Amino acid sequence: MSDAFLQVRDLKVHFPIRTGGILIGRYTPLKAVDGVSFDLNPGETLGVVGESGCGKSTLGRAVLQLIGATDGAVSWLGTDLTSLNKKELIAARENLQIVFQDPLASLDPRMTAGDIIAEPLLNYRSTMSKAERRMMVEGIMERVGLLPRMINRYPHEFSGGQCQRIGIARAMILRPKLVICDEPVSALDVSIQAQVVNLLMDLQRDFGLALLFISHDLAIVRHISHRVLVLYLGRVMELADKAALYATPRHPYTQALLSAVPIPDPTQERNKDRILLTGDLPSPLNPPTGCVFRTRCGKATDLCASQTPKLERAGDGQEVACHHWKD
Amino acid sequence: MSDVPINKRRSGSNLSVPNADALDKAADVEGRSLWQDAFRRLKANRAAMISAIFLIVLAFICFVGTAFVPWSYEEIDWDILEATPPNFATGHYLGTDSLGRDLLARILQGGQVSFLVGILATSVALVIGVSVGATAGFVGGRVDQFLMRFVDVMYAVPLMFFIIILMVVFGRNFYLMFLAIGFVEWLTMSRIVRGQTLTLKNKEFIEAARASGGSTTSIILRHIVPNVFGVVIVYVTLTIPQVILLESFLSFLGLGVQPPMTSWGALIAEGAQEMEITPRTLILPAVCLSTTLFCFNFLGDGLRDALDPKDR
Repeated sequence: MSDAFLQVRDLKVHFPIRTGGILIGRYTPLKAVDGVSFDLNPGETLGVVGESGCGKSTLGRAVLQLIGATDGAVSWLGTDLTSLNKKELIAARENLQIVFQDPLASLDPRMTAGDIIAEPLLNYRSTMSKAERRMMVEGIMERVGLLPRMINRYPHEFSGGQCQRIGIARAMILRPKLVICDEPVSALDVSIQAQVVNLLMDLQRDFGLALLFISHDLAIVRHISHRVLVLYLGRVMELADKAALYATPRHPYTQALLSAVPIPDPTQERNKDRILLTGDLPSPLNPPTGCVFRTRCGKATDLCASQTPKLERAGDGQEVACHHWKD
Repeated sequence: MSDVPINKRRSGSNLSVPNADALDKAADVEGRSLWQDAFRRLKANRAAMISAIFLIVLAFICFVGTAFVPWSYEEIDWDILEATPPNFATGHYLGTDSLGRDLLARILQGGQVSFLVGILATSVALVIGVSVGATAGFVGGRVDQFLMRFVDVMYAVPLMFFIIILMVVFGRNFYLMFLAIGFVEWLTMSRIVRGQTLTLKNKEFIEAARASGGSTTSIILRHIVPNVFGVVIVYVTLTIPQVILLESFLSFLGLGVQPPMTSWGALIAEGAQEMEITPRTLILPAVCLSTTLFCFNFLGDGLRDALDPKDR
């Protein structure tokens, strides 16, 4: 395990939320990510799925240390990122990049596409000449499917898909080893989604990079991922190989998620068993005791309320955090 | 990476324009930045453009015109020694003041001082205000608390008191006055910049800059400052008249420029004493001052409209 590429161990991100008190505030921790562990290997894609507010984006940012972790370790090639100082962290980020959800908001409106893509070069290859930099920028633009002659355009002159390509070009220009994709396609329409996802897969194959692909779209995650991590209220529900997860989902939450995916065949769609979850996501300020999913779970028993289930092996390359997965 | 052949997807997305050849020949397309867009809108605003042109012409006349006036601002015409009406024979095109000095030369020289104060003191305020505001807003936490409480304390110090003390300690110095006014005017600027920075700070592109290895300083300089500049530039054009007015006020009280040097404010003060005998000595500098202030305000309004984010 020591030679692992990216190792996340018991990562916790808690935000202190003021919940009362007049002069001296009373703070309650909001457990956005609570004890998440996983490994990522070179060239692998790990999909992270879960509903809104379950801590997917926070997890991605905490891996990059854009948000400080409350507890736990993110070990990258053997060094723990949470223990680094500012300078060392900046140096480590050369190999860690991120692609954001909102293509336009993640680009500085006052900079040209060329300047935006070249920014990592200014930070990490400061000795590079202007001409070299321009050549590299034009090269990567072509690679991600942008015309190099658009180099002087501004973000508001591009379409959403093109903006996302700029964001991808910026993340890829340093040839990083790990790219975190924080819902990179959810703001795009379906045809563009396919293009962007295929582009990411091409780049992954060519550059051998690892992806942490955050999404709530199960179909896209199925297409791009090798393994899938299911999050609920900041905790891991299930971590499994793609094939195993989609064929034999073990956790009731995963089963419910998968049953919600529409099947593009009206007869099958009408006849399939839908597991309907009742209620809303509980507040992460006041999560249920024991298993966090028990309030909406059909299989919940007294055991679920008293004891937090641990991740346990449930078959080949599949881990589940549920007391009742065997039933 | 450029040796990778053009694949199907790429041609599907961008090159499927019917006449791709012609487009390729069009070479690099220059994008139009938000600044250029704003400038285009400003050009369409007639009042603002007239004001801008008027200000440039007036400043030009003030700085270059002194060379063409037969008298200098400090020269006393010993043949006259009193306020006289315009007289082309002696070269006093706008007459003289009560000491027999040429009024036109004095108005032009006063204009130089007023414009200089306006621009230099505002630049001082701009530099301090933007750096303090951007740092406080972006770094946050204790730094923010410290800087903003300092600004609060400065706000509480009476302006006149502050300037009088500076003048007493360092003596009456022409440039010191610019600094003193600038030191007072940066307070509001820093608050505006801080507020803007706070809204920008959580934008994704700032996070993206951090992820791509930017240090705090480089993010402030490369992303925060250019993005707050739209608001700042409007405030600058509205600060310039404020500063000019403040200088006039100081000169009126006798704390500003020293005779024989003058400024529009000092000229108005002098003219006010003789307004019953020679209203000309009051009205002429007053007209110059108020039209300048008026134009700066118009320009500021025009800029605000041009840079309004709702229009983007």
